[in-house]
Amino acid sequence: MARSARAGAWVLAGLALLAAAAPLLAPYDPAQQLDAAESSRRPPLSSLLVVRTLAGEPRLAEDVHVDGDDLVLERRSGVERLPLSVVTNFDERGIAERRRAWLGTDALGRDLLSRLLHGARVSLTIGLLAAALALTAGTVIGSIAATCGRFVDQVLMRTVDGLLCFPHLALVLLLAALYQPGTWLLVVLIGGTGWMGLARLVRAEILRLRQEPFALAAAASGRSPAGVLVRHLLPNATTPLLIDASLRVGGSILVEAALSFLGLGVQPPQASWGSMIADGQGHLTTAWWMATFPGLMVAAAVIGSSLLADGLSDRLAGIRTTANRGARRRSPWAIRTWLGQT
Amino acid sequence: MGLARVRLAAAAVLFLIVLTLTFAAVTLAPGDPLAPTDPRIPPEQAERLRALYGLDQPLPAQYLRWLGAVALSWDWGQSYQTGRPAADLLLESLPPTLLLAGSALLAQYVLGIGLGLLAARRPNSWLDLGVRAASLLVYALPTFWVGLMAVLVLGVGLGLAPTGGMTSAAAFELGPLATVLDVLAHLWLPALVLGLSMAGDIARYTRTSLIEFQSTEAGRAARARGLSDTRILLVHGLSHAGPRLVQMAAVSAPLLLSGAIVAEAVFSWPGMGSTTLQAIQARDVPVVLAATAYGAVLVIAASLAADLLLARLDPRIVAE
Repeated sequence: MARSARAGAWVLAGLALLAAAAPLLAPYDPAQQLDAAESSRRPPLSSLLVVRTLAGEPRLAEDVHVDGDDLVLERRSGVERLPLSVVTNFDERGIAERRRAWLGTDALGRDLLSRLLHGARVSLTIGLLAAALALTAGTVIGSIAATCGRFVDQVLMRTVDGLLCFPHLALVLLLAALYQPGTWLLVVLIGGTGWMGLARLVRAEILRLRQEPFALAAAASGRSPAGVLVRHLLPNATTPLLIDASLRVGGSILVEAALSFLGLGVQPPQASWGSMIADGQGHLTTAWWMATFPGLMVAAAVIGSSLLADGLSDRLAGIRTTANRGARRRSPWAIRTWLGQT
Repeated sequence: MGLARVRLAAAAVLFLIVLTLTFAAVTLAPGDPLAPTDPRIPPEQAERLRALYGLDQPLPAQYLRWLGAVALSWDWGQSYQTGRPAADLLLESLPPTLLLAGSALLAQYVLGIGLGLLAARRPNSWLDLGVRAASLLVYALPTFWVGLMAVLVLGVGLGLAPTGGMTSAAAFELGPLATVLDVLAHLWLPALVLGLSMAGDIARYTRTSLIEFQSTEAGRAARARGLSDTRILLVHGLSHAGPRLVQMAAVSAPLLLSGAIVAEAVFSWPGMGSTTLQAIQARDVPVVLAATAYGAVLVIAASLAADLLLARLDPRIVAE
């Protein structure tokens, strides 16, 4: 099914587009706390009237009506009266300006949709860059292990075994607590702890491909070992690498979300999907939407990357079949399991 | 058994590597875990504290002393926070985590194999598509989010499960049987949530493997002998898929432990994940080192057990 690869790529591209265009698409400033007492924890699709006055912050109200010379604001905490003379945006039709919370507001009255869109930038950036870093590190280390002799190979692969003994999240948590990372160091941490499986994969692929006639021919015709590696072996290992890298985008997003959920990832005021879920945990019973929507965004991103990987692996199976190298289908799940980690 | 001895030696070396990596990561990090939090604490007091914990010595000496104490008497040092031996703290939090992770492992296999079997009976049926979509979904949903939603819907909304903790507040008054039931009532939801993400993988693998089996010679022979569908899949198919399923248990050990950290945070389960998280946040070095090592021991033990079990299931592996 190349269809699933395409669907996954579309999902990821769509999310990336939303993230890139967040400042244009977000209806409000993601950090704005307008009249927080009134706007906090408003449910999805609700809206509040914005009453602007001559001085100070605008006031929000569920409804307004005129009583004598006063405008009466019906608020959560009760009614409030403002002299009509200070209200600047009231005319015969009443108050026209509304602040609409499409996905609800959080505990500080910030607009959840705007925060989700801006949070997408953080979560996706970390996910993509960490996967790219893991891909690079894994390729380099795997290639070195496969080509630089037995001793180097042993040292590198035993280190990989050792690192794989840590539960991945515990390792990242530990390092995150010790180094208190910002966004960029988070990328380094998540990517820098996610390359081990890839290194194994690259090493195995190179060892396998090196025995193939085309590689032997290239070596026999006088190409240097590095030349054979870069021009012949690695290009032929691209697809399995892409499958793993694509899965790792989703995996990195999940790790970042877990890290931020536990309070060791992205720090406020910056929002990521994980930290938004953490914010929602304390208000689960009174504002379900706070934790629900960010979780769905994470799921969408991870599903996108899994579908992409799934489709790529079908493509790989197709290539292997046509090349008559054994058509056994390797689903990315199988590869993931085989690598021994997500 | 030669294989067991070789694997055990390899595991011991691996454990040493893990200990060294952890020690290096924790001690080489910037900052001072014993830095006085209060400016009124006199510097000589802080110095005395550092000397007490051996932090005034050069790093290699600290490393050897720490490793020696661990190797000779399983002494992991004292917690900076509580002053209690770190090994005791972990010993207390180990059983709840083993209970949680073990139940999650059980849940993931029961669910995964069950759904995989159902899907494999009629490939490309609605049921099959449903199982495949669901397995993709449960992998993609973050464990802690599923946990929160489960608490919200099943715990708060429907009242089917307590929303957190391992026992009720009045648990000390209960008899032995009631205590077990009480723990089970608290256990099932976190275990299910934790097991869910890997259950998808197992369902997918079971399905693929069973479908594959039906076109192998063994599968065609079983059909030719007139065995029922159910028997072919349940008995012959599963023994075909068995070795890899066992291997997946070893793979899921680190995932389960990672998941346990977040699941314990969501369900306030008093286990190793909570202990580790607290120690990491407070930079309680001895507890962090011990917790990481215990986690690694569990992972190594799981993979060792899987290796040996695999050798029993598939004797060809020993020959390699």
